[in-house]
Order: sequence, then C-alpha cells, then structure tokens
Amino acid sequence: MHVHFLDPYRPRSSPVHRLDPRVKFVLALAFIFTTALTPIGAWPVYILLLSLVLALEILSGLGVGYVLRRAALAFPFVLAALPLVFTSPGSPLFSITIFGWELTATAEGLVHFVSIALKSWISVQAAILLAASTPFPDLLTAMRAVKIPRLLVAIFGLMWRYLFVLADETLRLLRARAARSGHAGLSGVKLGGSLAWRARVAGGMAGNLFTRAFERSDRIYLAMLSRGYDGEVRAAPLPALDTQDMFVLAGGLGLLAALFLLSLLVGG
Amino acid sequence: MHHSIEIEHLSFTYPDGHPALRDVSLSIQPGEKVALVGPNGAGKSTLILHLNGILRGQGRVRVCGLEVADGSLGRLRAMVGLVFQSPEDQLFSPTVFDDVAYGPLYQGLPFQEVQARVADALASVRMQAYAQRVSHHLSAGEKKRIAIATVLSMKPEVLVLDEPTAGLDPRARRSLIELLHDLPLTMLVSTHDMLLVHELLPRMVILDEGQVVADGLTSILMEDGQLLEAHGLEKPYTRIRTKKGLTG
Repeated sequence: MHVHFLDPYRPRSSPVHRLDPRVKFVLALAFIFTTALTPIGAWPVYILLLSLVLALEILSGLGVGYVLRRAALAFPFVLAALPLVFTSPGSPLFSITIFGWELTATAEGLVHFVSIALKSWISVQAAILLAASTPFPDLLTAMRAVKIPRLLVAIFGLMWRYLFVLADETLRLLRARAARSGHAGLSGVKLGGSLAWRARVAGGMAGNLFTRAFERSDRIYLAMLSRGYDGEVRAAPLPALDTQDMFVLAGGLGLLAALFLLSLLVGG
Repeated sequence: MHHSIEIEHLSFTYPDGHPALRDVSLSIQPGEKVALVGPNGAGKSTLILHLNGILRGQGRVRVCGLEVADGSLGRLRAMVGLVFQSPEDQLFSPTVFDDVAYGPLYQGLPFQEVQARVADALASVRMQAYAQRVSHHLSAGEKKRIAIATVLSMKPEVLVLDEPTAGLDPRARRSLIELLHDLPLTMLVSTHDMLLVHELLPRMVILDEGQVVADGLTSILMEDGQLLEAHGLEKPYTRIRTKKGLTG
C-alpha cells in the first residue's frame, strides 16, 4: 500500500545508466543551458539538439515513447509563453477580438513562441532522461560534487525521503474519507452534502496533513539531534572520476559548445 | 438470511506486480466476531480494503447480500464501518463532532437526524463530552474511540477494524476490548494482538502470503503452537527461549 509511481528512476543496464552520475548531472545541466541560450529561430540547431536527446533516449533503453509521454507534462507550462505571439512587434498575421480587446498575432511573435516551446520541450526531455537513468541518491552525490551548498543538498535529500511518506499519508487519508462516503439507500436525498461542506472537509484534510508534516519534521529533527547532528552536514568523500568518464565529460561539453557556436551563426 | 461477508476466490495483485491476495474464500455469519491474523505483509489490510470496494480484485465479494460492484459502492460504504489503523487518517475534520457527523452528512440525512446519530455514536464509545473537542489534541485511546464513533454514526451492519489496539496503553486497550465486546455488530478484526483474539474473537482466520492457511475456532487454533509459529504468530504468554531454557 505505497505510492510507487512518484519515483522516476527506471533501472536498466545501459551505457547512459552506467555513466558516472556527476558527469551525467553536469552534462544534463550544460545541455539545458545550451538549449536555453540558443537564439530564437535557430531551427537547425534545435533539430540537432533534439536528435541528440532522442539518440540518448534510445541508447538508455528507456525508449522514446516513455520520455515523450512524461515530457507532455511540460506542455501546460509552455502556454505561459503564448502571449508572446501577440505582444512581439512585427508583421501582422491575423487579429482576434476577446472582450473588446483586439489582439494582433505577428510572424515574429509566432517564431518566438514556437522557439520557446521547442526549447522547453527539448530541455524537459534531458531532465527526464537524467532523472530516469540516475537513482536519486546518486543525483544528490552529483549535486554535492558540483559544490551545490551541502545544506541545500541535505534538504533535497530529506524532501525526497519524506515525499513518499507524505504521499502515502495522503492516500490513506483519501481512503478513510472514501470509506465513509456511503449512502443509506434512502430515496430523494442529495448525496455528498453541499459544496461548501465538502470544501470544508477537504480544507480540514489539508490542514490535518500540514500539521502532521510539521510535527513529523520536529520528530525527525529530534532524531537527528539524538544521533549527534550539530547543524553541519557531513558526507563520505567522493571517488575520483576515471579516464573514460573524463573523456565523456570533455567530449560532451565540447559538442555542446560547438552546437552553441553554430546556433549563433544560424540564429536570428 | 444472507451472510454478512462472503468472499469467493478473491485474488488481487498490486499495480507493481506484487500479488497480495491469492484465491481467498471466506464467509462470516451475522453477529460473528472474527479475527484476521497473520504476519506483516500477509495481505490483511488489502483484504479489508476489498470489503467496501476501495480495492477491487478478481473474484466475488458480497457484503450483507450486496455484491461489490460499481453501482453498489455507496451502499457498501454505509454498511461496512471500516476503522483504519491510524486514527490520524480517520479523523480529518476540525472537531470531533464534524468527524462523527461526516458519514451521515454525506448521506444527506436531515440535520436533526445527524445530531442524533452523532450523540448515539459518541454515547456508544462513552465519549459524549467530547463533541466540541479538537481531535488533534486527544490521547491515542480517545482518538481510537472517536474513530470507531465516526463509523458507528453510519449505523453499519459490519464493523471492520485494522489493528485496533496498536499503540494503546493497557487501560485504553482494556476499555476498548470491553467496548468492542459490548457492540452487537458483525466484526472482523485484523490484528497482531493475540491476547485480544483470545479474549474477544471466538473465530480466527490466519492469512499468510495472501492465502487463508487456517480458519477455525480460536480456542483450537490457539493451542497449535507449530501452526502459529509457522505463520509468524505466537500463543499469548509465550516466554523468551534462551540457551539455558525458559526464563521467568
């Protein structure tokens, strides 16, 4: 009776999975930065970046379908860029009127929007690939290796650990509510009470969950104190990178730099 | 007269592929008080969640003559009072009154009837004075009683309890056992508390690895030390075995 679906890690035995998590983490970040910094309208480079990430998805054994399904989650956020279609100055394409406002779409605006949508879609795939091919504790190690503040990494770690506890608690709470949401077989009565009452119940549940999370954090802190926690996060030293990993790291960064330079040449 | 609970060839596998119940069959007569025992992970909680259709497996489950099916879930949830192990999960409203009133309010009963149901339910668990208290500040024993009241207010025909005595002090445990003894309902109690089984529940069903491995009179099964030990259980008053022999 646990929530399993939250963990994005998918164990496989692929070269992508075997790569040192530090190298993977740095390369994934560099990939996302490169994609973000690529100028608007650099279509050939977008295609190269996309083929690169698709190739890695196939190499990882996760399959393109799996990653694309997950990447669909990012689409609602892309909508935030939609106003760009209407606000960028340029040659008008068409106009629509909403609530008396006349909105004019421009060709430049459309290019802006499509570029941003493509770039976020490609970046999200890289992030999914990283999360699906690296166990979370290894990601934490990688974050530590690239000198992300240790306290922050420790907070990520605790969050990860207790996210599942919280999700399980939520599941049990919802089940307990469902178990009492019955009807007595009387005819002519409205089931489920009023909307305001249901909202109050849901509010109570959220409050209950918050109080419990808060109290749990206190208990966890006390348990940490009792085992000698003094505010300093310590961790085992990291092993050195081997030559092959260094080679992949250097090669990957070189490739991304080349793609970025190319994008400056072809971009608008 | 129909059975209170009839389970035929029920199997259930969790979405991650872990089989939790394998071909479980069980029937319980009205008014019977039955223990469901077995080691951790045996499938006890999973089985319980099938009785009001929160989980649905392959096989047939009938409660009070009603088939567990899409159209009957509402009726089932009113007839089966499911008391979860942790009262924290069960008590999700701001005050004790709100929690005990949840079931009747959901059923759309008139408010006067709801008030009467809440008063009755709280009286059955001897907690009349607690209606306006905040659940959060109650002791574990008090929370447990309120959790039972939250299902009694639905006037269920079957009471199903998951680990009712876990975490209670001896006095709270004792008064809970007396309370359960006095409630005239069909009862299925999932527990590790063998003393509770011994005292309260004349029939015992042992579940292990998702299968019913024994079903019979508590007084007989409880004497079979080998059977109990094979399924992670033990007789009440078992002593610690040391190299020198028994202690105490």
